[in-house]
Amino acid sequence: MTDVVTIKEVVQECYDTKTFRFDWDADARPGQFIMVWIPGTDEIPMSISGIDGMEKSITVKAIGEATRRLHEFKAGDRLRIRGPYGNGYDLSRGELLIIGGGVGTASIMPAVTASGADTIIAARTHNDVILDGVAAEHARNLWIATDDGSRGFHGNAVQLMRGKVAERHYDCVIACGPEVMLWFTYQACKELGIDCQLSLERYMKCGAGVCGCCVMDDSRVCRDGPVFDMEKLAKLTEFGKSNRDACGRTVKFR
Amino acid sequence: MVSLKTDIGSISLEKPGIVASGIMDETGPSMVRMIESGAGAVVTKSVGLEPNAGHANPCFTEVTGGYVNAMGLPNPGIELFREEMEVAVPKGRIVGSIYGAGPDDFSRLAGRMEDYGACAVELNLSCPHAKGYGMEVGTDPAMVKAIVSAVKSAVSIPVWAKLTPNTHILGDIGMAVQDAGGDAVVAINTLKAMVICPEIGKPLLSNKFGGLSGAAVKPVGVRAVYDLRTVLDIPIIGVGGIENWRDAAEYIMAGACAFQVGSAIGTVGTDVFARINEGLSAFMEEYGYSSIADMTGVAHD
Repeated sequence: MTDVVTIKEVVQECYDTKTFRFDWDADARPGQFIMVWIPGTDEIPMSISGIDGMEKSITVKAIGEATRRLHEFKAGDRLRIRGPYGNGYDLSRGELLIIGGGVGTASIMPAVTASGADTIIAARTHNDVILDGVAAEHARNLWIATDDGSRGFHGNAVQLMRGKVAERHYDCVIACGPEVMLWFTYQACKELGIDCQLSLERYMKCGAGVCGCCVMDDSRVCRDGPVFDMEKLAKLTEFGKSNRDACGRTVKFR
Repeated sequence: MVSLKTDIGSISLEKPGIVASGIMDETGPSMVRMIESGAGAVVTKSVGLEPNAGHANPCFTEVTGGYVNAMGLPNPGIELFREEMEVAVPKGRIVGSIYGAGPDDFSRLAGRMEDYGACAVELNLSCPHAKGYGMEVGTDPAMVKAIVSAVKSAVSIPVWAKLTPNTHILGDIGMAVQDAGGDAVVAINTLKAMVICPEIGKPLLSNKFGGLSGAAVKPVGVRAVYDLRTVLDIPIIGVGGIENWRDAAEYIMAGACAFQVGSAIGTVGTDVFARINEGLSAFMEEYGYSSIADMTGVAHD
């Protein structure tokens, strides 16, 4: 439900991304999200990037007006939030390989800390890698991939994933990142015969499964997702191809 | 044997529950999903002549007993909505909800919805948070009469008018619909409302005010339907805060021949229609009502 929380701590993760920690007495599962109101600008969905008992966090990349404004918030400032929303990841599906791409790494981090599973963090350059310190503490193995090769594996998340799947046995891949990365993760998992759970993103207004703005085919990303498994992804004809704008018009990716 | 079949004028529905405009009705596949989960019909999201992004976020919040929203009628416009109707219409009864600034807008939109295969049109004369539309045109009986008359001349499918509770002349507006040849009234839309966040010291919604829906509005809706039944002869469809069979039964006994469910698709889930149908059948069986028509209006003397 709705709550006003006080920011306890702000951590600079990289040049354009900050984590905001606050106490919030709500049961939240890995993969769920909250709606965060930034008065005067907007209300936006944000993945919960940390769940440590009462303490929760969000990790925010400054990319638009609302997120830039949020970056000005300091410890002691208050946020009105509502949630938690969405279904979250199912961590009971055997041996997991968890992948975070870019700021999507925020969404998978509670799954990493809860499961201790092998983890890949992918980013454009070494400057864009986030939350690797938290992952290193909890994951059995942590591998980094960068597009320019400035840190770790030189290549993208899916290429590195294919390499790791060839070396070890995994039952299920959990991933969050840009939709193009998720699309190729899905294709790779299908080909390799591995289940997957991917966290998708769409334009949202209510977050609670009511307004319909985030609907893909017949599923509400906010309520039936944001995490979809292999079986459900197969039914989403819009996945990897198009999204909808604020008016509900289809916008093709390619 | 109990039957849930009901007639709204010339339209027959196998089940009396209808998806209210604005929830799970923006895309063709989501409308199909609701038909398959037990709804007798689906009213589309309100569609206008041009694409509309609606109000900026925040435009929704939970409150005690329901939701307050000010979506601002987001929709892709009537032209593009054809694609959604092509998917939904072959799978069930779809009622096209439309909004406009006056008789000409409504007539053009209604004609398109008829072309798309809608079994009826629902005129949004009641949205409380869209400037120049909805309740702003729906609280003037002369304007309501003009709009309904114009739409009746423009289409051959039934014309329903969705009314606002935000008026002291609800009966006059209902009469205006009936006098103009309207086929049914739908009551009620949301109650004009506001949420302020004390810690921030500002209204939450970007539009400042919005509409309250959910369980909290049910007694207002039941009263509105009861009042309208005393003055109208045309069918009434009840809507507002229905979450279970008891709520639906109240509206039917107040005088509704069918009902719509909106917020409960969020609070209860998409299986809310199946649950209501089951509960209503069991109740009717136990209390000796063989049809919805038998139960309609029994709360009146």
